[in-house]
Amino acid sequence: MEMPIPNADILAKKSRLVERLLQVLPNEAVIHSENETKVYECDGLTAYRCPPLCAVLPACTEEVAAVLKICHEMNVPVVPRGSGTSLAGGALPTADSVILGVARMSEVLETDYENRFVRVQTGRTNLSVTGAVEEDGFFYAPDPSSQLACAIAGNIAMNSGGAHCLKYGVTTNNLMGVRMVMMDGSVVDIGGAHLDASGLDLLGIICGSEGQLGVVTEATLRILHKPEGARPVLMGFDSNEVAGACVSDIIKAGVLPVAIEFMDRPVIEATEAFAGAGYPDCEALLIVEVEGSDQEIDDQLDLICSIAERHNPVELRQSKSADESARIWLGRKSAFGAMGQINDYMCLDGTIPVSELPHVLRRIGELSDQYGLKVGNVFHAGDGNMHPLILFDANKEGDLELCEAMGADILRLCVEVGGCLTGEHGVGVEKRDLMFDQFTATDLEAQMVVKDVFDPNWLLNPAKVFPLSASEERMAS
Amino acid sequence: MLIPTDEKELADAISSAKGPLSIRGGNTRGFAADGTPLATTGLSGISLYEPGALTLVAAAGTPIDDIQDALAAEGQRLPFEPIDHRPILNSQGTPTIGGVVAANVSGPRRIQAGACRDSLIGVRFVDGQGTTIKNGGRVMKNVTGYDLVKLMAGSYGTLGVISEVAFKVLPAASSAACVLIEGLTDANAIKAMSRALGSPFDVSGAAHVPVGLDGTPVTMIRLEGFEKSVRYRANELKNILDEFGDINIELDPANVAKGWAWVRDATPFVGTNGDIWRVSVKPSDAPDLVAKIAPKSHLYDWGGGLIWVEVASGTDVRAAMRNIQGHATRIRGDGHAPKFHPEAPLLAKINRELRQKFDPRGILNPSLMG
Repeated sequence: MEMPIPNADILAKKSRLVERLLQVLPNEAVIHSENETKVYECDGLTAYRCPPLCAVLPACTEEVAAVLKICHEMNVPVVPRGSGTSLAGGALPTADSVILGVARMSEVLETDYENRFVRVQTGRTNLSVTGAVEEDGFFYAPDPSSQLACAIAGNIAMNSGGAHCLKYGVTTNNLMGVRMVMMDGSVVDIGGAHLDASGLDLLGIICGSEGQLGVVTEATLRILHKPEGARPVLMGFDSNEVAGACVSDIIKAGVLPVAIEFMDRPVIEATEAFAGAGYPDCEALLIVEVEGSDQEIDDQLDLICSIAERHNPVELRQSKSADESARIWLGRKSAFGAMGQINDYMCLDGTIPVSELPHVLRRIGELSDQYGLKVGNVFHAGDGNMHPLILFDANKEGDLELCEAMGADILRLCVEVGGCLTGEHGVGVEKRDLMFDQFTATDLEAQMVVKDVFDPNWLLNPAKVFPLSASEERMAS
Repeated sequence: MLIPTDEKELADAISSAKGPLSIRGGNTRGFAADGTPLATTGLSGISLYEPGALTLVAAAGTPIDDIQDALAAEGQRLPFEPIDHRPILNSQGTPTIGGVVAANVSGPRRIQAGACRDSLIGVRFVDGQGTTIKNGGRVMKNVTGYDLVKLMAGSYGTLGVISEVAFKVLPAASSAACVLIEGLTDANAIKAMSRALGSPFDVSGAAHVPVGLDGTPVTMIRLEGFEKSVRYRANELKNILDEFGDINIELDPANVAKGWAWVRDATPFVGTNGDIWRVSVKPSDAPDLVAKIAPKSHLYDWGGGLIWVEVASGTDVRAAMRNIQGHATRIRGDGHAPKFHPEAPLLAKINRELRQKFDPRGILNPSLMG
C-alpha cells in the first residue's frame, strides 16, 4: 500500500510546531519524542505503521480548536483518532501529520431521560455511554464488537454498526447532534436534542466522513429503554444455501429479529475447538435473537422455529434461560479470537444483497482454493454485511500480499453482485484504492467537492477514503 | 413544462437550461420555486423489490401509492409513514417517491423507525451541470465513501434532481393498538408521552391533540406488532400511565389506522385559513413554546418533538424561539419570513458553498433554501 511522500518542509518545522502546540496545551498533552510517538504508529490495522510527527491529547473543544488553528496556519495535516481500533487504517498517521487524540475527553455532559438523549464528549467509549445510563434502564443502541474500547468519535467517523442494527440502525440513525471543530479552528453546532436538521442534512454527511470534514468533540446521542428481555435460538443447517433461504423466509414472515448472525463450517469448527460452546457439526449455523417480555419472546421464537423446521435443520435449540442464551452466544462472540488462534487473519467487511448469499459464499470458497488461503465466514446475515476472515501467516514471505489480493477479489465480488466494499468498518487506507471498483470518477468527484467545502486545503486525515490518484491534485495544491 | 422520460433526458434538460428550473415531483407539497417547471413524473416504475432482503429501488417519479401497494402486497411498508400534504395545502396531483425524499417527509413513526433519510439507502441524481451521480446502493449497511444519500434527502431539489431512490423497508405490523388518555393539559400530555417513550414497550407513535373530535384533549400512544404482543404492551402502558387520567385502549384496526392518518396529515388544519408551521424542538420545550406562540390551533406529534401550529397569516413563529434549540418551517402561507429556518452564519456558509459546488449556476429551485 502506497502512502504519500512526507512533505520535507513540514518535517523541517517540527520544533516550531511543537513549540506552538505547547503554548496552548499542557506539557503532558503534547507527545513529540520519537520513542513516544511510536505508540500512535498504527490502529487496529496493524499491518501498516508510520509514527506521526507528534501527537496531541486536548482535553476540551477549546483546546482542539487551538490545535487545529495552529496546524491550519502552519499547513500541517491532522489525523483525528478516537481509541485507535479502526480495522481499516482510518487513524493511520503520515510521517508529516499530527495525531489528534480525543481520549482525554470522555465526560458525560448531559443526561436527559425525559427527552431520551445523552450528550457526551466523543472520547468516551461506546460501552461506557450505555454504562452511564443503564442503571436507569436505558442503553445506546449501536454496538460494534469493539464497543469496550472504541470511542464515539471513531463511531461517528466510520458510521459504525454492530450486531443489533437490523432493528436499531447504525450510528447515523442514532446521532442527533454534534459540536465540531473545523480545520481552521472555528466551532459549529449541528443538530441537538430536537429531531431532523434545518437546512441541508450536514449531520448525515459528517457521520461516516472518516474524520475528513472536522473533529467532532461532543455528540448528542439517542438513548432507548432496554427491552424487557432478549433470547436467541440457534439453528444448524447442512448447507449455506438453506441457511440463507431460512433468513429470507424469517424476514418475509414479518418478524424483525434484533440480530441474525451466520457462521459457516470453518468458523464453527474453529470456535468449537476454542470455546467449546457445543455447536452442532454442520455446514452453516444461524443465531437469531428476539426481544420483549418472556411471553413475547416465546411467541416470536416459536414462529421462527416453525419457519426453520421447513428447512430441515440439523439442530434447533431455543434458549429458555439466560444461561442457555450465554452458551449460544459464546461461540459467536469468540469467533474472531478462535480464528486468531489458528493463524493471522484479515477481516473483510463487504455488504451484499441477502439474496446473493449462497452465490457469494460459493465464489469465496473457489477463491480460497485458488489462492490457497483458508477463509471463515461469520457475519450479520439479516443485513448482508459479510465478514470473511482470510487466514494467512504474517511471518511467511509474500503471504500478506497474497491475502490482500484475495481480499480485494472478494470485495470486488461484493460490488459485482450489487453490494459495497464496506458495511461498517469504513474505507480508511485499506479499501481506498478499490473505490474506483464501486464508483465512477464523477461519483467520487461529487464526494470530494464536499471535502473541498469543509476542508479546502485537504489537511484532515490525509490519504484515506479516496484513491491517491484521485486526490493527489487537491493534496498538492 | 419539462417532463424527461429517462435519466439522460433529465441530464440534457438540466445541462441545456438557460435559466432557473422549478424542480418538482407531483408538486403536491408546495415547495417548487419559480422557474421553468421540471417534473420527474416521467421517470416512473419500481426497478427492484426483494421482500426477503427488505429492499426496494424505484424511479423518482413513481407515485407513492404504487410503492405502498407493491409493499403491502408482500406485507411490508415504508417505515417512516410519509405525510400526504394535499389536504392541508389543497393541492392537486400525485405525490411521488422522489418528492418524499427531496422533502424528507416523515410521519408519526419517525420517533421509532427514523425519518425518510434513515430508510434511504441509495440515490441517483443529476446535479446543476447535468452530471449524473450515484451514491449509496441497494444494501442496507454501507459506509463506502461519504454519505451523499443523507445530503440529498431534504435538499428540496437544490443540490440535484433525484432520478432514482433505494430504500430499506420493514415488515408491516399485523396488528396495532392505541392507548388513549383524555383531558390532559399540554404539559402533562408531554410528560405522559415521555414516560411511554421511555418504557420498554416500543411505542411507534405519540401524539397529543389539544382539541379532539369531541372538543376535549386526547393523547394518543400507538403500539404495533403481533396481536398478542400489542395487547400485552397496551395493558402494561395503561398501568404505567395510570396516574395521568382515564385510559382507554382502542384495538379496532380501522379506527387505529384512521386516527393516525388524521395525525399524520395534520387534519385539524384542513380548510382553515391561517399559516401552518412545523416546529421541531426538544419535547419538554414544546408546551412553553406553544404558550409563547399562542397559535390559533396546534397539534403535537413525535412525543411533543414536532409541533404543528396554525397562526394568523404573516406571523413569524420564530420570534418566539429565541433561546430555544430547534427549527421552524412554514408549510402553508406566504409571509415575509423565509420558509426555512435561517442557519447560524457558519452553517449558512457551508450550506451555500455546498449548493454552489453542486449547482454552480444556481438554477435548481434557486433561493428556496437560502
